[in-house]
Amino acid sequence: MKILNASPMTRTDNAILTRFPIAKYTGDYWTMFDYLLYASLIIFLLGSIYKASNWFTKNIGPADPDMAAAQRLKAAAGGMLKMIFSPKFLLVLKAIVIDVLLQGRVIKEDTGRWLAHMLIFYGFMLLLLMHALDAVITEAWFADYYPTVNPYFFLRDLAGAMVLAGVAFAVLRRYLSKTPRLRTGAGDHYAIIILAVIMLSGIGLIGLKITSHSEFLLMVEDYAGLDDEEQIQALEAVWVKDYGLVSPNVAPPFDEDLLAAGQEVNEDNCLVCHVSTQWAFSGYILAKVIEPVAGALDRAGGIDILWYIHIIACFAGLAYLPFSKMFHILCTPISLIANRVMDPRYASPANTLTRQMLELDACTHCGSCSLNCSAGMIYEAVGNPLILPSEKMSYLKQWVSGKNLTMAQLQAIGEGVYLCTNCDRCTVHCPSGIRLKELWFNVREALLLKAPPLPAVLTPFSFARGVVVKDYLKADNYMLPIEKAAANIAGQSAEVTAGEAAIPLNATADESRQLGPGDNTFSHCFSCQSCTTVCPVVGNYEQPEPVLGLLPHQIMCALGLGLTDMASKAKMIWDCLTCYQCQENCPQQVQVCDLLYQLKNVAVRQARG
Amino acid sequence: MRFALFQGCNIPARLVQYADATRAVCRKLDIELLEPDQFNCCGYPARNLDQRAFVLSAAKNLAVAEKAGLDMLVMCKCCYGALKKAAWVLGADADLKKDINAVLAKEKLQYEGRVEIKHLLTVLHRDVGIDNLKPLMAKSFSGLQIAASYGCHALRPSNVTGFDDPVTPHIFDELVEITGAFSVEWARKLDCCGAPLTGINDRLAREMAAKKIASARDAGANYLCTACPYSHIQFDWVQNQMAAETAGWEPLAAILYPQLLGLCMGIDETTLGLSNNRLELADISSFLMT
Repeated sequence: MKILNASPMTRTDNAILTRFPIAKYTGDYWTMFDYLLYASLIIFLLGSIYKASNWFTKNIGPADPDMAAAQRLKAAAGGMLKMIFSPKFLLVLKAIVIDVLLQGRVIKEDTGRWLAHMLIFYGFMLLLLMHALDAVITEAWFADYYPTVNPYFFLRDLAGAMVLAGVAFAVLRRYLSKTPRLRTGAGDHYAIIILAVIMLSGIGLIGLKITSHSEFLLMVEDYAGLDDEEQIQALEAVWVKDYGLVSPNVAPPFDEDLLAAGQEVNEDNCLVCHVSTQWAFSGYILAKVIEPVAGALDRAGGIDILWYIHIIACFAGLAYLPFSKMFHILCTPISLIANRVMDPRYASPANTLTRQMLELDACTHCGSCSLNCSAGMIYEAVGNPLILPSEKMSYLKQWVSGKNLTMAQLQAIGEGVYLCTNCDRCTVHCPSGIRLKELWFNVREALLLKAPPLPAVLTPFSFARGVVVKDYLKADNYMLPIEKAAANIAGQSAEVTAGEAAIPLNATADESRQLGPGDNTFSHCFSCQSCTTVCPVVGNYEQPEPVLGLLPHQIMCALGLGLTDMASKAKMIWDCLTCYQCQENCPQQVQVCDLLYQLKNVAVRQARG
Repeated sequence: MRFALFQGCNIPARLVQYADATRAVCRKLDIELLEPDQFNCCGYPARNLDQRAFVLSAAKNLAVAEKAGLDMLVMCKCCYGALKKAAWVLGADADLKKDINAVLAKEKLQYEGRVEIKHLLTVLHRDVGIDNLKPLMAKSFSGLQIAASYGCHALRPSNVTGFDDPVTPHIFDELVEITGAFSVEWARKLDCCGAPLTGINDRLAREMAAKKIASARDAGANYLCTACPYSHIQFDWVQNQMAAETAGWEPLAAILYPQLLGLCMGIDETTLGLSNNRLELADISSFLMT
């Protein structure tokens, strides 16, 4: 294994490696470092393949059960081939440049977030390609590569500082800013922590190495090959004065002659392949900060500890990547390209399904959708977080992975998916280019069949379902959720109209308190029946009572008697068109239509429990 | 004139031509339309569920417009009715207003009650005025009979909405007639189009639509005219479904008011998005005289 330690070029690394049994360069056989690296690489690859296989095998929504994974793979491959050999390929390039490399969709959302993400993205890429894969990439492409000379020495530090600055912004945004409806879950904590640990340990390592006396001696021995004590002392004085070394042997102020001698040794032996440590500015600043305790840290083996933390965090991050939200590094670019290339109107159902599964992995839980969600205030009032698109996405991931949800969870997600105005804003705002709108359509139908009856089905939130989705559904699948909800919430109308229904004569005033304050205009009703006469719903039926339970004037009468429960069970309230004819025509200014709204609220509260 | 354009949720997602035509017409009238990004659902669909959710959702929009220092130009009559109702409820209930403002504070918003809520039709009729519209008619319809659908949630409850006279409304008829078209008297002009129950009780919703369409046809209308996405989708999309399922159904197409007005202002059919309507509208140009 020759990634970090094989090349003579990576001398500083080599110097460390000789000290650590885990990573000791031992010639031709593998070290513990190699085993760890390959183990995490294999987990990463297998994990990625497993996750990508889900794109073709799993589905949400009423998918065609006959659609085999092979069919979906074939459709995807066919689609991609067609795309490569058509003018659409220009769209792919556009997506790569504008959406992936420049992250145009992020800057549209928030300049600050864009800057932070660019810092992390480019900083991380630089570290990955130049530093982590130096033996594979940097050395092969740049003949002058030494990690300790410029520009590499400076760039490594700069990249680390860039990522850290981006992470600091994320911490600020996630934990301190009060962005409305931005929810931070375990996955978000993880992403911040893993990046912070890798970067802080890396910069910490540089800082410690700058101060470390043992490191200094080791390098003098390994690279300079000095054995003249005077020369070493002179060099040490220079490194203490200019390079942040903390020495137990020498201390400023230094004699000019000593420094001059040291400078000469430095030029002859060190500067050829080691620039001033000040170029690693963040490491150098850290070195200055820890100066008072640097000696103790060095003796306590601080370098070893940080090195282990750094390497283990990197390997853990790599192995866990496909299972964390960092998987978006691979999925979001694909989603962004698909967003430019695929026209949902003409895409094959197989590819749409595959794309939706990919989109679940492309979601970074950034919260743009929830910030802009049209139902945001409805969430604030109802309090079900699953109304927010970002939270629905998290739940969907669990659901697709086959996790069994309880009835209560299904009810919550069902309501969350249904309390959506189908306005498309989440799709417009998603920086990952996820077509959330279509995802909701699919998920909604699957959930409606599974979830308990949802009162929300009996509201104008159903409008889009009636005018858009209906055309794609089998009649039974379309009607079932409506019938289920109606039976659950308004099913008692038979009981209401049956003659033997008991009217509690001792009904307490408490019942009317189920209505809002000031909603007692029913008490002005003198039973002229104008409301019922002008009601277009009543007028639609030869025999309205069996269909509607109670008619509008009867409902007002029931309210007058304190029978709120009875009134709230009449099917009439759910067949009300809310055209306000009743209220407009009432000679007593009874707010008939508004009272029917209130009764629906009462019934929904009871049904939601 | 400057307004905050409130499209609601249906128009950007399903009826883009309504917004396009409105913008084109407003450009001709020097009406500047701004679209605050923070607007959200008007609250109308939540009314069945929870009054507080409805009022909160509506109030956020009102507060956003107030913050921008603009009055609202609302395109949807259900949004219009909901926003008017919420403003009315908040005006009457100080405790609720306090509660709502506490939630809005999280969004750095505050509702005081200064914003005026106007519908596209009331802006055209009252703020611009029939007399100022007339000179802008580059062309005129001749022999065209239009059935103007007023829309329940704009008309009623009239003490809350203040849209027009609830029994003998006239603004939509007058706006139709400046185009040279004849606004027919039809029995179900003020009735419900059925949209509030579409998706909930489709049978009833369609019966309502069918009665309205039949009434317009009986009155000799060539087209229905709408200024509300719910009514329009009901007459355009749902009628299209009904026609597909019912033998011998002769559809009566609906045109959005700014499309009708735009044609007379000399705005081209593509800008007005005539072809985005599902039921065929192309023939309407044959009534147009220059």
